[in-house]
Amino acid sequence: MTYTKRFDGRKFDETRQIEAKVGVIPRADGSAYFAFGDTKAIAAVYGPRPLHPVFLQNPEKGIIRVYYDMLSFSVNERKKPGPARRSMEISYVTKKALEPIINLSAFPNTVTDIFINVIQANASTRCAGINAASMALAQAGIPMTDLVGSVSVGYVGGAIATDVIKEEEDYEEDGEKMVSDIAMAFLLRSQKLSLLQLDGKIDSENLKKAIEAAKKACSKIYEAQKKALKELK
Amino acid sequence: MEKDKQTIEDNTEESKIIVSEEKKRELVVPGEIVASGSAFLPGENTQKEGDDIIATRFGLLDKEGRLVKVIPLSGIYLPRNGNIVIGKVEDITFNGWLMNINSPYKAFLPISECQGFIRKGEDLSTIFAIGDMVIAQVIAVKAKGVDLTTRDRGLHKIDNGLTIAINSSKVPRVIGKQGSMVSMIKQETGCSIVVGQNGVVWIRGDEIEKELLAKEAINLITEKSFTDGLTDKVQAFLESKRK
Amino acid sequence: MEISELTKRRILDYLEKGKRFDKRSPFEYRDLSIELNYSKNAEGSARVKVGGTEVVAGVKLSVGKPYTDSPNSGVLVTTTELSPMASEKFEPGPPAIFSVELARIVDRGIRESGFIEFEKLAVKEGELVWMINLDIYPINDAGNLIDVSAIAAVAALSQAVFPKLEEDKVLFGELTSKKLPLTDKMPLSSTFYKIGRHFILDPTTEEEEASEARLTLAISTDKKEDFINALQKGGEKPFTIEETGNIIDNAFKSYKKLKELFNKEMKKK
Repeated sequence: MTYTKRFDGRKFDETRQIEAKVGVIPRADGSAYFAFGDTKAIAAVYGPRPLHPVFLQNPEKGIIRVYYDMLSFSVNERKKPGPARRSMEISYVTKKALEPIINLSAFPNTVTDIFINVIQANASTRCAGINAASMALAQAGIPMTDLVGSVSVGYVGGAIATDVIKEEEDYEEDGEKMVSDIAMAFLLRSQKLSLLQLDGKIDSENLKKAIEAAKKACSKIYEAQKKALKELK
Repeated sequence: MEKDKQTIEDNTEESKIIVSEEKKRELVVPGEIVASGSAFLPGENTQKEGDDIIATRFGLLDKEGRLVKVIPLSGIYLPRNGNIVIGKVEDITFNGWLMNINSPYKAFLPISECQGFIRKGEDLSTIFAIGDMVIAQVIAVKAKGVDLTTRDRGLHKIDNGLTIAINSSKVPRVIGKQGSMVSMIKQETGCSIVVGQNGVVWIRGDEIEKELLAKEAINLITEKSFTDGLTDKVQAFLESKRK
Repeated sequence: MEISELTKRRILDYLEKGKRFDKRSPFEYRDLSIELNYSKNAEGSARVKVGGTEVVAGVKLSVGKPYTDSPNSGVLVTTTELSPMASEKFEPGPPAIFSVELARIVDRGIRESGFIEFEKLAVKEGELVWMINLDIYPINDAGNLIDVSAIAAVAALSQAVFPKLEEDKVLFGELTSKKLPLTDKMPLSSTFYKIGRHFILDPTTEEEEASEARLTLAISTDKKEDFINALQKGGEKPFTIEETGNIIDNAFKSYKKLKELFNKEMKKK
């Protein structure tokens, strides 16, 4: 293990400072802000609302659509506005992460749109987005059986590190990248995984440790989400 | 007034939920365990998960004896049979009017359900034109939309005053226990008010200032719907504006 | 649901008495708040709130080839993205025409005013110049996006600093403390909305929906005198010449007031 002290001095099982707020976009049916330190995301929910064209409608239940994007200046090198493959993939896995808890059987033929925008990025942007979306959906009154919490865990220079930052994502040893970045989302009450993505190089034992670390961090996220929702006056 | 009686009668079901309006209630989040054990029964917006009852919607927890339910404070309007709604005419077909009732489902008012006699081939826009606001009642809820009627007394086109749209889940609060809240606002402002179950509210007074005062009072209720002692707060607000 | 014809009539009736639903006077702006450096990976950014309307603007700087007809001049590109999160009326997909119009109106106001000293943005004359990407994102639409976007744009530009340049390459993420070459020509816009025969500034969503036309005037100061740098008429109904004249007169007054409010907010930083 070469990574023994984190760049920002955090403990290895500590997330960055969490900030969670609900109702940040009054025009939306539901909205929320979530930040892990320097990574900030907002989410807005509109729906259930009519869905066109008709062939997209599901006569048995309402569907959800997720649009994840980053503000052009949220990253160091400007991201050109418009659809990008990375955003499309993140939109898709975010949808999969949220779907298990949503129950739109009472709203056939409708759509509920979830828009996520990253205001400032320092790794774990999709996780911040999912955390914001989860609160926004609740505030919008969407029937849900749980909240979803998401965090990234890294296997950095041999150490399991919760809530990686960009510096850790780029960690190298002797010129070789020594990082695995694992993004996860948990259905918080039932403790089931709904998002699991990895890139890097990791053995099974450490992967299992990483999953445990994520589960632990997500209980903190759950508390923050609950608090933000209950503070709505 | 007839139309108010209609609205109140239709809302007795809802006002039962707020029967202890001023009791302090807890905000719960989806997935939160709100009761445990076989002593409790899962009511609206809750479901059983093993031995526990969880909330399936964000809202106020309500425990009435054995029944546990969650009163939502957000969410779109889901039409129910018998609801009095205020809708906007969006389109006219050969046999009726398509209305927007602030719901993801379209509403249709067929000629057959319209008050009065309509001659064959009559221009329907002379009865209700596009953009008109109409007080109607839901008579059928189908997979893709609802059917409306304007046959009964108190159901008609609105031709003056103003309309506002609030979240439909706040409607019981605006109406109050047996109509007490809305009656108080009517009394203090001298306005007639019809609260549609779909969250569209019609306010008509003899002065715009009075209509705006009623509007403000209603907005106050929707903003502070989480708090207790709301009736007193609204009364105090209206009294302060009397000067 | 969009407002009803009944409510529109009431808004008009009340304006006949010179009053608005929220008790403001016709040319009064809602409360203004500005937060600078809102997004730290941008070279400059601002989050502006006017009443319930919130717009975020960011500045990203890079270097590139100048336009052939202005070889020693920096380049400004203004983009707006009407994210559907800000309003149920905005749809995902390619930019709606209002998105394009909004960006171009804000751009013209800034460009024509001389606010940015473009000729001071050359790195290597004729070969390399600074490119300014000004990106504007409405976050919550509660009316008057044009004016609020213009404020956010100017605030972001005012706060922006250059990134480090090494051998003609930008070191992204490394900032200097050198600000952009800006003058004090402060370009701001006032968009007048016509309701019946009345005009208002800074409409709420209801008032916007009740209006039939709008006229945006971008104004800036040059040596103690104010000038109109850009005009844009929008909406369905036309203006009379007399109405246009009235608006122009009022625009100079409202610009002065808005500039005062803006400077007051910026001084707090």
